[in-house]
Amino acid sequence: MKQSTNGTTQTLNKHTLSVLVSYNLNALSRIIGIFSGKGFEIDSISFGSGKQSDLARITITTHGDVQIIEQINKQLNKIIDVVKVNDLTYDSFVERELALIKVTATRSRRSEIMQIAQVFRAKVIDISPEKLTIEVTGNRDKVNAFIGMLDPFGVTEIARTGSVALKREFDGNV
Amino acid sequence: MAQAKTQSLDSAETDKVQTTPEPAVLNGAELLIRTLEDIDVDTIFGYPGGAVLPIYDALFDVHDINHVLIRHEQAGTHAADGYARATGKPGVVLVTSGPGGTNTVTGIATAAMDSIPMVVFTGQVPTDLIGNDAFQEADIVGITRPITKHNYLVKDVNNLEQVIREAFHVATSGRPGPVLVDLPKDMLNTECHYSGLKKISIPSYKPTKEGHSTQIAKAAKLLSEAEKPLIYAGGGAVLGEAWEELTAMAERLNIPVTTTLMGLGGFPESKPQSVGMLGMHGTYYANMAMTECDVLLAVGARFDDRVTGRLDGFSPHSKKIHIDIDPSNIGKNVPVDIPIVGDVKKVLPAIDQQTTKPEIDDWWDTIHKWKREHPLKVPESEDTIKPQLMIEKISEYTNGEAIVVTDVGQHQMWAAQHYTYNYPRSFLSSGGLGTMGYGFPAALGAAFGCPDRPVVCITGDGGFQMTVYELATAVEYEVPLKIAIMNNQCLGMVRQWQELFFDKRYSHSILKKGNPDFVKLAESYGAVGLRATNPKEMDEVLEQAMNINDRPVVMDFQVEEHENCYPMVPAGAALNEMVEGDE
Repeated sequence: MKQSTNGTTQTLNKHTLSVLVSYNLNALSRIIGIFSGKGFEIDSISFGSGKQSDLARITITTHGDVQIIEQINKQLNKIIDVVKVNDLTYDSFVERELALIKVTATRSRRSEIMQIAQVFRAKVIDISPEKLTIEVTGNRDKVNAFIGMLDPFGVTEIARTGSVALKREFDGNV
Repeated sequence: MAQAKTQSLDSAETDKVQTTPEPAVLNGAELLIRTLEDIDVDTIFGYPGGAVLPIYDALFDVHDINHVLIRHEQAGTHAADGYARATGKPGVVLVTSGPGGTNTVTGIATAAMDSIPMVVFTGQVPTDLIGNDAFQEADIVGITRPITKHNYLVKDVNNLEQVIREAFHVATSGRPGPVLVDLPKDMLNTECHYSGLKKISIPSYKPTKEGHSTQIAKAAKLLSEAEKPLIYAGGGAVLGEAWEELTAMAERLNIPVTTTLMGLGGFPESKPQSVGMLGMHGTYYANMAMTECDVLLAVGARFDDRVTGRLDGFSPHSKKIHIDIDPSNIGKNVPVDIPIVGDVKKVLPAIDQQTTKPEIDDWWDTIHKWKREHPLKVPESEDTIKPQLMIEKISEYTNGEAIVVTDVGQHQMWAAQHYTYNYPRSFLSSGGLGTMGYGFPAALGAAFGCPDRPVVCITGDGGFQMTVYELATAVEYEVPLKIAIMNNQCLGMVRQWQELFFDKRYSHSILKKGNPDFVKLAESYGAVGLRATNPKEMDEVLEQAMNINDRPVVMDFQVEEHENCYPMVPAGAALNEMVEGDE
């Protein structure tokens, strides 16, 4: 973790950044390079096309104190190919992550696992005599909680997309 | 230049084609040269090789672009860097694929750290071979990504002209920096059209130039009410060509000005408002003024660790105003009270206009007292050449009007301290990256950019040897460059740190045994070599050197070996905790 240079200790906050960028791999590499080269953290990153085919939307979740987040923001904005950086944390926003989890499920435990899956509104998408593969969607905490619940049964493999997020249009104020 | 090709394409209409002044069809290499001509590139520092042969062929008949054949690609990038710093125009480099590209890395990183506009063209293996580990293939776009402001791999020749123009636009606008364009060989041989498009607009790239008016008003108010104001000018004042605005403001308001290493020349040092350079080897009075001031106006500076010393002791009593064209510089190392994102050339006059002259006579009394009691010292000696005296003599023999280009180390700091800089773009030095080997080729580049100004390279016996082979280039092009080697037979700054902080254990810092005879070395290239071992000889050598105008002169000044550079802020100390050395 990069220390704040002004000596103050501030609580580490999670931030979700939505970055609109030209659709090319040099741009993606530059974005990741900012994090690795300058000692910032990436908790998750997702990359996909946005509304315009020549632009990609990258969603990055990261953490750090106010000064670090400000630097991340500024450094991302400096990249020529970056069109816009939105720190959604300051807005109301919706965030989702998808995970596929392969869990050991012998006949005797199978229904218990499926009950847990039901609570999380997760879906079984593959089944074999020894294993279940379950798809779950939600924010990061929910996905973490689900994986935590399955852990005692023996999780053998996990694939996560990382968060994707958009600003909420209606924040409830009438 | 594409005449022959056009003829063969359209032989039935030979006559018609010949009367067309500008053939529409040309190959990528010709398009590159054509576009460079249109952008008014007058000098290219380059080295040929397989992948760029089509470009060199296109260059063969071109007369309005001067191609300088350097002897190593690293030196080529330093030369382009020196050219850019001296002229303000972007430096242009042309090298081949693979090792040609990788050799430019140090020069590009040097330019990036000091925000120097530069465009580097690298050859690349043909697109269908990329990724095959082809001969002389290197992923130069990947390698240079962290050290370029932007870079391009051209995959479609129809984008080539746009990319070239964008590269120059990006390199020279906003906070300048190096841009690399990677050119696969098939792109250079493919036919394309030259459009002559002029307007370049990148929707995602719009640097802010005008400062925010509310912030400007706040800054003016703060300065008007200041009791101990200080202007701290960095490289941005030079790169942003704001020296006139800065001088006008400081003189009208009578506010002291300190400059960083990169800011030297941005404010004339002979003006009474100048307190010289600050930082690790800055003047006592500049560092004290920085520590004691109550309002600090930072102009295109970035609060580098060599300037601030220990952060919690840095200018602890001041409200800080920071003008910078790069938002990421503001608040990066030191919290700022009034950030102003914008072009210093535009923001400074706006602040000046709204500021009333503050009453600061007491502040000046304090500063004058510091200046009287702690001046920069030049130790006296009749037998040996003191390094400080060497710099003062060079200042004297060039009337303070030369472009001084340094390498990195003790001589760099002495050159910064003891030469009086009154003109912008006159002190060129690798400040951010601290690249040894930079000085000589950068001086060469500056000489190509400013043939009417005297150029002096002040270097060390260590750094000079890193790029000494460029003597060949200097001799070939008859560059009347003066190279003054501060020869102390060791890596002076390393030796100084070992003396002060490592119990005088001089581990691998003494060069004496292997050093060449620099006079003979110069002569073997066809340059003039001169040597001085005492102050009297130094005068004679300088006198002689200044009158040689048809080739480079190497002056081997054998200086006092154990001289240390003071004042010095030791690593980890606050700016006012200077070591001033022996009396």
